[in-house]
Amino acid sequence: MEDTKISIQNLNLWFGKLKILNEINIEIPEKKVTVILGPSGCGKTTLMRTMNRLVDLQGNAKISGKIMLDGEDILNTKRDITLVRQKMGLLSQRPTTLPMSIFNNVAYGLRLKGIRGRKKLWPHVEKHLIEANLWDEVKDRLNDPASRLSIGQQQRLCLARGLAVSPEIILADEPTSSLDPISASVIENQFFKLKENYTIVLVTHIMRQAKRIADYVVFMYLGDVIEQAPVDEFFNNPQHKMTREYLRGAFY
Amino acid sequence: MNYKTRKLKDQLVSLWIRFMVLLVVALPLIIAFSLLYKSWLILGHSSLSELLFSSVWRPLAGEFGFFPFIVSSVWVTFIGLILTTPICLFSAIFLTYYGSRHLLRFMQPVIDILAGIPSVIYGVWGILVIVPAIGKYLAPMFGYESSGFSIMAGGIVLSVMLIPFILNILIEIFRTVHQDLFDASLSLGASKWQTIKHVVLRKSFAGIVSAFGLGLSRAFGETIAVLMVVGNVVGVPENLFQPGYPLPALIANNYGEMLSIPMFDSALMFAALLLMVVVVVFNIISRRTIIYLESKH
Amino acid sequence: MWWRKLEEKIIYLLMVISVASLVILLLAVLTSIFVKGAPYLSWEMVSQTPKGGYYFGREGGVLNAIVGSLYLSLGAILLSLAFSLPLSLAMNIHLRARPKIVNRIRFVLDILWGIPSIVYGAFGFTLMIYLGIKASLLAGIITVGIFIMPIMVRGMDEVMKNVPVSLIESAFSLGSTRMEVAFKVMVRQTIPGIATAILLAFGRGIGDVASVLFTTGYTDNVPTSLTQQTATLPLAVFFQLGSPIPEVQNRAYASALILTVIILVISIAVRFLSNKYYSNRH
Repeated sequence: MEDTKISIQNLNLWFGKLKILNEINIEIPEKKVTVILGPSGCGKTTLMRTMNRLVDLQGNAKISGKIMLDGEDILNTKRDITLVRQKMGLLSQRPTTLPMSIFNNVAYGLRLKGIRGRKKLWPHVEKHLIEANLWDEVKDRLNDPASRLSIGQQQRLCLARGLAVSPEIILADEPTSSLDPISASVIENQFFKLKENYTIVLVTHIMRQAKRIADYVVFMYLGDVIEQAPVDEFFNNPQHKMTREYLRGAFY
Repeated sequence: MNYKTRKLKDQLVSLWIRFMVLLVVALPLIIAFSLLYKSWLILGHSSLSELLFSSVWRPLAGEFGFFPFIVSSVWVTFIGLILTTPICLFSAIFLTYYGSRHLLRFMQPVIDILAGIPSVIYGVWGILVIVPAIGKYLAPMFGYESSGFSIMAGGIVLSVMLIPFILNILIEIFRTVHQDLFDASLSLGASKWQTIKHVVLRKSFAGIVSAFGLGLSRAFGETIAVLMVVGNVVGVPENLFQPGYPLPALIANNYGEMLSIPMFDSALMFAALLLMVVVVVFNIISRRTIIYLESKH
Repeated sequence: MWWRKLEEKIIYLLMVISVASLVILLLAVLTSIFVKGAPYLSWEMVSQTPKGGYYFGREGGVLNAIVGSLYLSLGAILLSLAFSLPLSLAMNIHLRARPKIVNRIRFVLDILWGIPSIVYGAFGFTLMIYLGIKASLLAGIITVGIFIMPIMVRGMDEVMKNVPVSLIESAFSLGSTRMEVAFKVMVRQTIPGIATAILLAFGRGIGDVASVLFTTGYTDNVPTSLTQQTATLPLAVFFQLGSPIPEVQNRAYASALILTVIILVISIAVRFLSNKYYSNRH
């Protein structure tokens, strides 16, 4: 099997007294698309927010277990957490353009890394906008506020912005759920190309999407990992009864 | 009760309600027109520019220059806002993004009580603490001599009174900034503070300005607390440690004594009208902005 | 990186100082009033009206002002309630289907809310002369009643807005008239919220000087009818503090303490009520 990029070991998470994640063990392979599948409310999003420690912001979260990234436990790292987060780009359900121009959206993370000056930033911005398949549409209006783009373009801008900090992992939380079908397929196609260089973790509840782009599927239900397998095995020969029912559309 | 009496009762009450609605909607206009009506006399007597920009205040001689009062009002308001701004901004950010829920639960009553203390009490506090402190320490520090009753004292007392008012609006505004936006910035490697500085403050900039606009209109009309510590001496103040005489104090101090002189009466009503216009204009602009921002979210 | 860390440390420190300063300021205001007022607070202060020579430091108390304040605020509350309650009910029941009008009313209320009390005072005075009444308890009640109206409506509107639509609709579908829905469903549902709004308005009304400065007059007697003049507590503080005689000034501090205590009691009651209201709902 491939190299493991992220290894989640015995992860438990509570919000107050409510247990959200229960004994999670997942191996996420490098430079593949891993899809976390499951009905809404099963803890997918929380798992993702734990992986880049955004749950820290929720004061009442209690966590046990380990998340190993390249052999380092990021839940107990001594390194600045912002550096860990820069290793993972995040794409959320609705595009979240920052309140600034298109150019500055992409340059935002680069500036945080210490790259200053428009001249130095320019090649990076161009490269990542091309990478996100947005360059041709915005190259003449980079100084417009990002909020003027269409929703689909905004989501690609968020992708470019995430790529700009040169992450090794892309975390995507239902990134196409608010997009029209055409924009959605543009994003999906980008994932295909991007997995040559990046490890991609995609949360979704759309089975077809999982089928289309996953290499590896993790099925979650109510805070538990029910089954994890390579994509063909998962869809053609599911081991668990609950997975079979889910694939048949028995519950949503 | 039979159907007819129920129906009749309902219609009577509806009529009452309709009347109420009309009355309330008309009330600002009624107030404005009655003040305008009363200030008609002075407006016919002196030109508007003379009223606003002349510094000669001799009511018995029929000369009414409001400039010293306007300057005092502007200074007191300005000092109040300047002093209150950092405290409100830092506290609002801390309470929204850094503090625990327990802290907020503890601070909410503190803010509410600060908001509830009557202005006369703030005035007493100002006389007991702020005025002597300025006279003895602050003014000499800057090389001025002052009794303490000064523009500065008015500004400081005002700034404390503005805190709960502006702070509550700011917390509201920061709460409307979406969590997703925060997450996006953090996952690009920004720290919490960088996110607040580059994203939250930018996103809510108009809202923040409006909050201070509302604060400004509040400050401009505050009467008793300021009156008690500001000195009430007619004249354009040369420095902040000199006494001033803001518009509301002018009205409050002279009302009742001026009735025998119709022109003086009219002049004070004009002052009230001026006050109302300034306050309402700032209020409308700020509220419109906030409503517009909220509708965008 | 070190400058970023330093910046964040400094900012954090400033934020902590700011929040702490809120508590410190509150304590500073309260302590200075307590320390200065408590030594002069006596049973005589709260149980007697000013006797001859009171304003030269002889015996007497501020009972006239305490009772006057209570009369004035209660009267203003009652008057204001006659406007505020129907208006808030109308905004949330009768006009529910017309949000544009409701928003316009809310906007006007916000403007009214922002008008300084001295302007209400001036308006009240004008109104008083126009109606041909003299400075009196009645004139004060009218002025303060108008002044606290937007405060009251805002509080009531806030709680009525949150009553579930389904509740109102189901009441209508049982055949209730609008008035029955208003008083039997809406008012009953939001009683603690309405009480909170009334208390808040009461606090504002009892503490304000600028609106009553020209409308209530001032007297050493407890008023026995609406047409008599009346003293109020904040006015008593204000006037006594202006005296050059130390004994009288000290009584101003004692009066300030009485007023502060009343306001604190109201604040605690508001907190208690709103906690109750919210814990009931969840």
